[in-house]
Amino acid sequence: MSKSIFIDTTICTACRACQVACKQWHDLPAEETINVGSHQNPQDLSFDTYKLVRMKEEIINGRLEWLFFPDQCRHCEDAPCLEAAYDESAIYRDDATGAIIYTLETRKLDADDIIAACPYDIPRKAADGTLAKCDMCNDRVHNGLKPACVTACPTGAMNFGERDEMLALAQKRLGMAKNKFPKAQLLNPDEVNVIYLVGFDPELYSEYAVASAAKSGISRSVALRKIMGPFAKLMRV
Amino acid sequence: MTNHWIDIKNSDCILIMGSNAAENHPISFKYVIQAMEKGAPLISVDPRFTKTSAKADIYASLRSGTDIAFLGGMIKYILDNNLYNKEYTTAYTNAPFLVDKSFGFKDGLFSGYQKNEGDGPSMGGYDKSSWAFQMDDKGVPKVDKTLSDKHSVFQLLKKHYERYDVDTVVKVTGTTKADLLKVYETYAKTGVTGKAGTVMYAMGWTQHTVGTQMIRSMAMIQLLLGNMGVAGGGVNALRGESNVQGSTDHCLLWHIWPGYLKTPRASNDSLDAYNKKFTPKSNDPLSANWWQNYPKYSVSLLKSFFGDKAIPENQFGYTWLPKVDDGAVYSWFDLFDAMYKGDMEGFFAWGQNPACSGSNASKTRKALEKLDWMVNVNLFDNETGSFWRGPGADPSKIGTEVFMLPASVSVEKEGSITNSGRWMQWRYQGPKPLGNSRPDGDIIMELGHRIKEKYKAADGVFKHPILNLKWDYETNGAYDPHKAAKEINGYFVKDVTVKGKLCKKGTLVPSFAWLQADGSTSSGNWLYCNSYTEKGNMSARRSKKDAANNIGLYPEFAWCWPVNRRILYNRASVDTQGRPWDDKQWVIKFAGESKDGKYTSKKWLGDVPDGGWYPLENPDGSQRTDAKQPFIMRKHGLGQIFGPGRADGPFPEHYEPLECPVEKNYFSSHMVNPTAVVYSTKDDSHATCDPRFPFVGTTYRVSEHWQTGLMTRPQKWLMELEPNVFVEMSEELAKLRAIENGERVLVSSARGKLECTAIVTKRFKPFLIGYATVHQVGVPWHYGWRWPATGAEESANLLTPSAGDPNTRIPETKAFMVNVTKL
Repeated sequence: MSKSIFIDTTICTACRACQVACKQWHDLPAEETINVGSHQNPQDLSFDTYKLVRMKEEIINGRLEWLFFPDQCRHCEDAPCLEAAYDESAIYRDDATGAIIYTLETRKLDADDIIAACPYDIPRKAADGTLAKCDMCNDRVHNGLKPACVTACPTGAMNFGERDEMLALAQKRLGMAKNKFPKAQLLNPDEVNVIYLVGFDPELYSEYAVASAAKSGISRSVALRKIMGPFAKLMRV
Repeated sequence: MTNHWIDIKNSDCILIMGSNAAENHPISFKYVIQAMEKGAPLISVDPRFTKTSAKADIYASLRSGTDIAFLGGMIKYILDNNLYNKEYTTAYTNAPFLVDKSFGFKDGLFSGYQKNEGDGPSMGGYDKSSWAFQMDDKGVPKVDKTLSDKHSVFQLLKKHYERYDVDTVVKVTGTTKADLLKVYETYAKTGVTGKAGTVMYAMGWTQHTVGTQMIRSMAMIQLLLGNMGVAGGGVNALRGESNVQGSTDHCLLWHIWPGYLKTPRASNDSLDAYNKKFTPKSNDPLSANWWQNYPKYSVSLLKSFFGDKAIPENQFGYTWLPKVDDGAVYSWFDLFDAMYKGDMEGFFAWGQNPACSGSNASKTRKALEKLDWMVNVNLFDNETGSFWRGPGADPSKIGTEVFMLPASVSVEKEGSITNSGRWMQWRYQGPKPLGNSRPDGDIIMELGHRIKEKYKAADGVFKHPILNLKWDYETNGAYDPHKAAKEINGYFVKDVTVKGKLCKKGTLVPSFAWLQADGSTSSGNWLYCNSYTEKGNMSARRSKKDAANNIGLYPEFAWCWPVNRRILYNRASVDTQGRPWDDKQWVIKFAGESKDGKYTSKKWLGDVPDGGWYPLENPDGSQRTDAKQPFIMRKHGLGQIFGPGRADGPFPEHYEPLECPVEKNYFSSHMVNPTAVVYSTKDDSHATCDPRFPFVGTTYRVSEHWQTGLMTRPQKWLMELEPNVFVEMSEELAKLRAIENGERVLVSSARGKLECTAIVTKRFKPFLIGYATVHQVGVPWHYGWRWPATGAEESANLLTPSAGDPNTRIPETKAFMVNVTKL
């Protein structure tokens, strides 16, 4: 059974405590940024930024809305990046927590291949090809703590627990959200362990908020491996 | 706050105005969300669509500085539609009081106005003798409980706000009529008995030349709607800085002594004269008039200052304390004005950064150049300590000697912090101070010792206050916050019998009800008397057990003043017989026994009642004489709808900001608050309705930075989020000036220029004011040239004006005029 994170964007205030908590726990360097005309900074996830609060101003039904999306790795139940890597020394799933973990061995992979495999556009590479992303604060979780982002969140937008608990909470909050946001929905709840609740059309929040059909195509090498089945390892495809 | 943070979750309707709580008090938003989940609508009223607005059910925009027009309109709406809580208004406010017939208001001026023909900075003042109540032969205000007498406060209120019809309000604020009515309609629903509305406000209301009156408007609305003293109600100030509540409670301001006592004037030439002047008298036996206890608090304070040296024969040391010259004012503005004029030799810039935090920063920076010496106590080097090498400063021409004393940060010290909800919370030391930095307490103790030594060694002028000052707050050579906290609570300084109980010398006073005016008790702050007693350090308690009424009071978590009463004025949360207006969320309830329709014993449940007296009426409706009205800190015991204590009027009136975009005030022919303070050296320029500065400017904050940014600008993870000083503007204004999103632009005012990064946003929209289109922009004030090292991110206060509220002299940093141009 995995752990899951449930994120209710309808009560997120974009305070960015989660974004900073992640940096602090992992001791990640700050990026050199400039204000490009937005409060969202940095502009995208990177090798040094695992958590990013995306902000969009949208007119919806004639009303101004400011949409907040605290983006991070979804820790998929069946992670395409893991499949594409096909190398547990580089990318593996911690079955105790459900966290999808990248190691330094990701340096040996085709980074662009891995990134292309992700329907949420999450993994990012360093100059030497090493890949990095959110690790669900696996070390904290193994020690009975919640991920740093969840612990820092002041409003209860970020939640953490057993997958069935989080799914139940997600359903409950979906019900409540529908009172104010008739189009509220959960994003790919069956496929991911980081479940988002949004009030409006997911595409308005972020290009890859839901698994994009265009991006979910698997690479040729992965397709080949699937055909070969148990022989694939022997064949080292 | 009259209520407290957790209580917000109990509200039926939350108005956030003059505040962007989601951004700047992010933890508080947890309680707002909880209230919303129970069905409470959130209303955000702000010139700009903020993070708070993004979560709100209703957003209404208004031009900076027009909140009194907006709220005055709400008062009229409530009265016209009979939405005020009649029972509450009649019983618990001064709405029924009859006002002196000589009171009047005409074309923007109340009766008694005296224009200042001299130098200023005050533009004028009022002789308030006509702002009085008609008194009966017992010396108690006359009342008309039907609220129909034309001299009643209620009718005068109605008359005053006649001009605040929706169409006029809309012309001034720029809010759309639909939005305005939606806000009024939604909020006024809380006038129904059993419903509670709350307001969360902050600097968006205080930082105006009419700031105090903005807050007054809301207090009046809360009284009319019956929202004071109840759970989920109140007037809730979200303080602007951690422990600023503590600093104002302990009165680190020129005009007040600890516990909000008054600083004596030169003309209060004896302790008796001083006490007499500031102790209000009421002839109404139903008024508790709690400030009648004033002498007990002032004398206990003097005993705290001077210990054994303070005796009746020397007026407890009263003559050793400095007095304010009659008519003089020593506010922040006045101090820097005096400094600028060369009237100050030395300056302790202690835990502050005036070169960036005070409005009209250029004048402040020039003022610092006039000092002979400065002691800068701070965590890091900053724009104030290094003013002499800042932009435009010529060190070869500056004679100021600056001493930098590195201070420890709050988490490196043990002591207490008082939050907006008046909760005093004890904190233990986390990490030890770094390097040479020292806690403020240690620095102050040593400074005091050295000054005393100097006065002992050589006969200084008027040495008594220094030599006689009690200065023993150390343990093992280090400052001991527990000793200070106990001193603040207070001691019995001799064996004394109070309320039939023998209190031993040297024991801690249980509460301010035990303080005496005869010198037998000491207390460094009567409001905090009860915080550290023989039972221990109440502020260190952390019990999560809630009270019987289960409304989030948590009476054993920390300690709040006064006497751990969590919701102020809670006697107004019950009817005149002591029964809660709202039985589902009751604050206190009377549970005494009764016999034959009369109460026979006293018992209150729930929160600490705002006085344990019997309710005003017995179950059979007969009046009791041993009861008290609910607003015990007011002389007449009732909530003030007519408020004669303010400098600018007993009723709030809309005036334009000193610098404004309109030529006409639609409410009267007085453009600006006639009692505002305005400074006028050559470095105090203003420009109103001036084509050089056509846009309304305002200042605000972001979650990621703190005050002038001293603690946050050196922090890489925070600078990653908000690296540059920015100016937010509408898409329409950007188009007008051909400004691209992200471009560096110049914002200028009559006082200075600031290079910023443009954020072009949908969240600002031009206002339609009368027939004119008025644009507004906003800049955060978190930056300064010292960090980052580029020096390119400067302080928004280079733009802001030297105009202030007449009651507080807080600067008008929320509404002034600017230009925005391409670089």
